[in-house]
Amino acid sequence: MHMADALISPVVGGVMWVATAGLIGYSAKKIKEEGDNHKVPLMGVLGAFIFASQMINFSIPATGSSGHLGGGMILAILLGPYAAFLVMASVLIVQALFFADGGLLALGCNIFNLGFFPCFIVYPLIYRKIVGDNPTQGKIMLGSLIGAIIGLQLGAFGVVLETVFSGISELPFRTFVILMQPIHLAIGVVEGLVTAAVVTFVWKARPEILNAARNSIPIGKLNIKKVLLVLVLAAVIAGGMLSWFASSNPDGLEWAMFKTSGKEELESHESVHVSLAGIQEKTAFLPDYGFKKSEPETEAKPVWPAVDSGTSVSGLVGGILTLMVAVLIGLGLRQRKNAA
Amino acid sequence: MSHHIVEASDLHYTYPDGTVGLRGVTFRISHGESVALVGENGAGKSTLLLHLNGYLSPRQGTVKIGDYPLTKKNLDAVRRSVGMVFQNPDDQLFMPTVFDDVAFGPLNLGLAKDEVERVVVRSLETVGVAHLAKRPPYKLSQGEKRSVSIATVLAMSPDILVMDEPTSSLDPRSRRRLIELLKTFRHTKIVATHDLDMALDLCERTIVLHQGRITADGQTKKILYDEELLRASSLEKPLSIQLKT
Amino acid sequence: MNNIGRNSFDIGYMDTLASGDSPLHRLDPRAKLITTFIFIVTVVSFDRYALAVLTPFFIYPIVLIALSGLPAGYLLKKVLIVSPFAILVGIFNPLMDRGILFHIGSIGISGGWVSFISIVLRFMLTVTAALILVSLTGFNAVCAALIKFGVPKPFVVQLLFFYRYIFVLSDEAERMVRAGSFRAFHSGAMGFKTFISLLGNLLLRTLDRAERIYYAMCCRGFDGNIRIIRSMRITYQEIMFIFGWGALFIFLRYFNVPLKLGTFITGLLK
Repeated sequence: MHMADALISPVVGGVMWVATAGLIGYSAKKIKEEGDNHKVPLMGVLGAFIFASQMINFSIPATGSSGHLGGGMILAILLGPYAAFLVMASVLIVQALFFADGGLLALGCNIFNLGFFPCFIVYPLIYRKIVGDNPTQGKIMLGSLIGAIIGLQLGAFGVVLETVFSGISELPFRTFVILMQPIHLAIGVVEGLVTAAVVTFVWKARPEILNAARNSIPIGKLNIKKVLLVLVLAAVIAGGMLSWFASSNPDGLEWAMFKTSGKEELESHESVHVSLAGIQEKTAFLPDYGFKKSEPETEAKPVWPAVDSGTSVSGLVGGILTLMVAVLIGLGLRQRKNAA
Repeated sequence: MSHHIVEASDLHYTYPDGTVGLRGVTFRISHGESVALVGENGAGKSTLLLHLNGYLSPRQGTVKIGDYPLTKKNLDAVRRSVGMVFQNPDDQLFMPTVFDDVAFGPLNLGLAKDEVERVVVRSLETVGVAHLAKRPPYKLSQGEKRSVSIATVLAMSPDILVMDEPTSSLDPRSRRRLIELLKTFRHTKIVATHDLDMALDLCERTIVLHQGRITADGQTKKILYDEELLRASSLEKPLSIQLKT
Repeated sequence: MNNIGRNSFDIGYMDTLASGDSPLHRLDPRAKLITTFIFIVTVVSFDRYALAVLTPFFIYPIVLIALSGLPAGYLLKKVLIVSPFAILVGIFNPLMDRGILFHIGSIGISGGWVSFISIVLRFMLTVTAALILVSLTGFNAVCAALIKFGVPKPFVVQLLFFYRYIFVLSDEAERMVRAGSFRAFHSGAMGFKTFISLLGNLLLRTLDRAERIYYAMCCRGFDGNIRIIRSMRITYQEIMFIFGWGALFIFLRYFNVPLKLGTFITGLLK
């Protein structure tokens, strides 16, 4: 499941961007160090394979729904974690840019949820541990199944955390978890079965492919601790910087904190809103009934969003008018362009 | 390597899965010759081509390009002088745009930027598709893809052109245009093909491969009129000859 | 046509749009990338009840579409196709957050509805901005810009390869599915076994293809480093584009135009 820009705050989006950018840099460096020139075209073409394969569906018996191949696991099995992560990132970038799946700001989250977990957690810690150096059909099946399930659970949990931290959606943490995890358990089982079957197919037809992939990245080389450490550091630094930047913007993480503490701590909002209120007073167009804000039960809500933006009739009227003006400008420009 | 000579002596090759590709192939192609390599599917044509610029190394025997035997050491030099046009242009055109694709080789040779641009334009003009430079390859027709593939190879200024099925999946007019284009090239040409009419039209010499061996090597006209030989090699007289007789 | 064909056709169509010619098309891809980014970050930085303040931001996609001649209907359709997820998560807001935020006449509008519509607006804005970026710039140019921004080359290069072969592999997948469905006698999604052997075969072919491509690269002197020539220039126009839009976004971020306009109008009516 994709995170969407609309549900995300800049702080969360930014932190995840920095984290994934760090991972991409690190993986790219690893690929370069490996010095396997085969890999770059192979990665690209396999990305295209994942992309094309995701449009082929099979029917899941007795459910009326359909399933397709997930990406991260099978890529990790074929390419090793670093290359697989880069390919997964590419697939998601293309989906974000062309099909608006997720969106640009949420891209970091999506790459992390669907790339990091399967490639850097599940593949080395679960799949490789189960399958070992002498794969059998049973081991491949077990490894892929458990791997896909855990990978998707982690990914789904990532979506939940990112959404909750962003504080744009009202969905409470518990409800969201209860909604997301079981759905993704089902998806995980399907993905695991498909992955297992395709990997077994390739393994039976051309065992050397899996061997080559495995040998190209000795598992000892993958330093999970180091990856995690870099990641945590990057996230902390980015989080710190972004929330400092964001402190002059009422949003996201800080918003959530504010909501729980029920206190506005930052003066800067006040000043913005005070000045806005000042403008309103001076212009004196403010009709009283238009601002029937805080009902008793909304007392816990911060006062400023009510003063801000579209929370008033005036705001709504203004918003609709602005939209109309924007459309008119567009039409005018287009006519001029066509005339020219 | 001014002599543009391609020489194979007693090449043997077996694939890792045990399939035998070549069983002792010997020939010598000299400067400016245009040679058709014909034979049924699986006769060993592609395997042979893959030996000519060192992608496969023979289990036994040697390949000589110019005056030197092909070894790992001179692989780069050999690849520069032997230009390879693949059967499927989609494998050969892997860059984002036609320009990038043609520029790929010259850039790898270390040419300066404006020199590269000159080479690209010249190569595209030679094959008559200069107007396609900015297009992505997937938006080209089969004929255009083929022309661009040839341009990518020409940009490396090779002495020897090796082509695998250049006329496959071309419509009749693109095929005709391609043949006329190839006729204008002065390079030594080695063309693996099932298109015997093209062989007749383009190549004065033909080598027939059958089950990894050379069963005939000589003047194209003689070979393609020799019904018995063709039948023994699982081939058929080209249509143009069938119509005449 | 099935899904596969439609998707690659779609990408191809956006590439065609990107090969159009307008001053906006000609702009350095980096300028468009940066501006899109400022736009998205500004839009999502509003608080959850932001509604009317978001509306002026539509000026950006609208002006860009108008000036470049991109097909507005096509882009809008694309946005609608992908909206379910945002709506799915947002739709809980009206249920969870029932506190009345303000009244229109006697009808109380709950915070949940406001934040839900806010999500939808954000979604439309950010998604259109991204789509416009690609349709105006083209994927390859975006990648070239990424290289200039210092994104690691192995990553961008495989991204370019990926993009190049989407078309080839989608074609191949489509042919295989079609061939399969001719023999299967039933329509719709296929069974698991067919599905797996189809995918498996596609994967094997893909691996073979990767090998052939690598060989083709070696034939032309590939040494592990891919070089691409792209001349990009940041001129006065690019600077104007970035700073003009950037300034407008920031102005709209801190100065509530619709509210002022609305208060003015409702004041007049009163």
